[in-house]
Amino acid sequence: MTVKPPADRDLAPRYVPWSEEAALAVMRALPALRGPLLPVLHALQESFGYVDPKAVALVAHELNLSRADVHGVLTFYSDLRTSPPGEVRVQVCRGEACQSVGGHALAEHAVSSLSVGFGETAADGSVTLEEVFCLGNCAVGPTVRVNGRLHGRVHAAGLDRLIRDSTPSGEPA
Amino acid sequence: MTTVYVPRDSSARSVGADEVAAAIKQEAARRSAAVEVVRNGSRGLMWLEPLVEVATAQGRVAYGPVTPDDVAGLFGAGFLEGAVHELGHGFTDRIPWLAEQDRLTFSRVGVVDPLSTPDYQTHGGLSALERALTMTPRQICDEVTESGLRGRGGAGFPTGVKWRTVLDAPGTEKFVVCNADEGDSGTFADRMLMEGDPFMLIEAMVIAGIAVGAREGMIYIRSEYPDAVATMRAAIRTAYQAGWLGPRVLGSDHQFDLEIRVGAGAYICGEETAMLESLEGKRGMVRAKPPLPAIEGLFGKPTAINNVLSLASVLVVLARGSGFYRDFGVGRSRGTQVFQLAGNVARGGIVETAFGMTLGEMLEKFAGGSASGRPIRAVQVGGPLGAYLAPAQFDLPLDYEAFAQVGAMVGHGGIVVFDDTVDMAAQARFAMEFCAAESCGKCTPCRVGAVRGVELIDRIVAGENADANVALLEDLCELMTDGSLCAMGGLTPLPVRSVLLHFSEDLHRSKGARP
Ligand SMILES: Cc1cc2nc3c(=O)[nH]c(=O)nc-3n(C[C@H](O)[C@H](O)[C@H](O)COP(=O)(O)O)c2cc1C
Ligand code: SF4
Ligand code: FES
Repeated sequence: MTVKPPADRDLAPRYVPWSEEAALAVMRALPALRGPLLPVLHALQESFGYVDPKAVALVAHELNLSRADVHGVLTFYSDLRTSPPGEVRVQVCRGEACQSVGGHALAEHAVSSLSVGFGETAADGSVTLEEVFCLGNCAVGPTVRVNGRLHGRVHAAGLDRLIRDSTPSGEPA
Repeated sequence: MTTVYVPRDSSARSVGADEVAAAIKQEAARRSAAVEVVRNGSRGLMWLEPLVEVATAQGRVAYGPVTPDDVAGLFGAGFLEGAVHELGHGFTDRIPWLAEQDRLTFSRVGVVDPLSTPDYQTHGGLSALERALTMTPRQICDEVTESGLRGRGGAGFPTGVKWRTVLDAPGTEKFVVCNADEGDSGTFADRMLMEGDPFMLIEAMVIAGIAVGAREGMIYIRSEYPDAVATMRAAIRTAYQAGWLGPRVLGSDHQFDLEIRVGAGAYICGEETAMLESLEGKRGMVRAKPPLPAIEGLFGKPTAINNVLSLASVLVVLARGSGFYRDFGVGRSRGTQVFQLAGNVARGGIVETAFGMTLGEMLEKFAGGSASGRPIRAVQVGGPLGAYLAPAQFDLPLDYEAFAQVGAMVGHGGIVVFDDTVDMAAQARFAMEFCAAESCGKCTPCRVGAVRGVELIDRIVAGENADANVALLEDLCELMTDGSLCAMGGLTPLPVRSVLLHFSEDLHRSKGARP
């Protein structure tokens, strides 16, 4: 299956392109915190969609840490990415509760229909597929998250539809 | 004006609650019906989500699961007056599944508008804090100890004793940390409390601060819970405006400041010392104990770390007295536990009940069997580090000690059900695989052991020297149990051993292997 953002919907770019100036602006807009590294990396990823490896030296300098400290944290946490995500980000829950209601089949369907493996982004940047271990939605599984929006009771056909119609996450109405 | 409740809980949203709320507003406008839609938390009857409730003069009437397509029909049938409909369940409070629970910590969840301070106070909010403000820190710690409350995060350590240790630790700067990492698969109670009753957690954190002598608190919420993060942040802003947080809590001399921190997808950061490292901006590596966090915790200062449900239970203890709370439960498991029925169940959701009910009763009375209609073959209790229980063990009472005696654990109360299509060899392998993936890497039995465990299970399943490899797997489990620095490596053998013990036929299915 090929993934294309729907043409009839005005999908504003979710992320701004990486630049040192923008990164500094993001960091300096944050309140002063004790133990600020993780909140800073989160903020950078929210703005750019990933933490550019070039940010390591910048963050180290701003927070008065060593580059090794920053690099160590950036590589420890599975949420933090060092390359841009695809246009559509699909996260499939592999936790036990979802396994018990058809999670394995859903995971296999995701891999075969999107032609990417878990942890990979399609070469054309259309989609990123990730596995996650529990999204706290365990009574209404199988669970997936598409561009940040949580979906329960999802089976193969439902996943295809969600990916076709994917929209950025919304607040409750 | 009729009030209609449609949950904003993220699980309810995941199955269409936003679309249902929008459809109700639209249909009401079309009919010029005066309807106010309130986005409440979830009542925890997940199989009925999206569950819509209508406030009538006699009480709230429930309909579910509702889809947007059902909405016009519901209006037509007169659901705004609580009329009968095929999706109707009568008065919510009288649905047996709910009526037969002991909703103490979850008393407001699904009932109130989560971000309404008047709702919070009308439903008993702040009464625990008001009482705490009349007590000395020692009295608060003693009251919590007398209640018999044990930590709900997994380890079951007495909360009052922990608080007393922090209170008695030298130093003027101390911290309270709430563990809202809720990494265990099959659990979602912390999330539902934060999304459905956020002021509860704020009130409990303030009380913990008074009890241990801390002026600052942090809530560490996993990144997988964006709705909980947003709701807690909004509630904290409101609590500051209301004077429930800040320099003079409720006009008293107590100062308390509270901040949210968000995790980054590491299961190990639910372990308390790894969480402290993460809060300090480091890799989530487990610290050796001693020193206990109660003595040297966040930034080296005495720190009380508690799970969301432990803190929620403290509110019940203080608002209603330690005796009231202690009267629920059995043996050394006092009070209620918020069980979470998940996976292949007909009726999943939140079952808050006194300790002591048997697992079988929980599965029959509340879960209503499997969702698939097939026989239940295995139940994993207590998250990915918890044992798989076989039907022969279903008469086990839900009680910390009874579970520990058979090599299982109650943990954070997750109950994940599998039907007879499950491959238990794959579940044992998954336990080792998960440990290998999530290990912090600090000690060898866990870091290397889990990888070896996966290889051994693969060989056993392939029928290569099955007997010898089973013996090796048993030795490895012993080594991991005894030699791991924390419970990640230390408890991964629980699910693996339970498969060896009760489901070994699945390990020996391949050709050439013994029956
Ligand atoms: C690998 C691992 C993961 C854990 N995950 C959690 C968690 O997600 N939430 C939690 O409250 N406790 C978790 N714990 C237990 C904490 O270390 C700690 O015991 C707990 O936060 C103490 O609070 P309590 O006394 O209120 O239970 C975990 C422990 C281990 C070893
Ligand atoms: S048991 Fe595993 S997670 Fe715990 S300290 Fe050792 S390596 Fe880290
Ligand atoms: S196991 Fe999939 S959402 Fe919890």
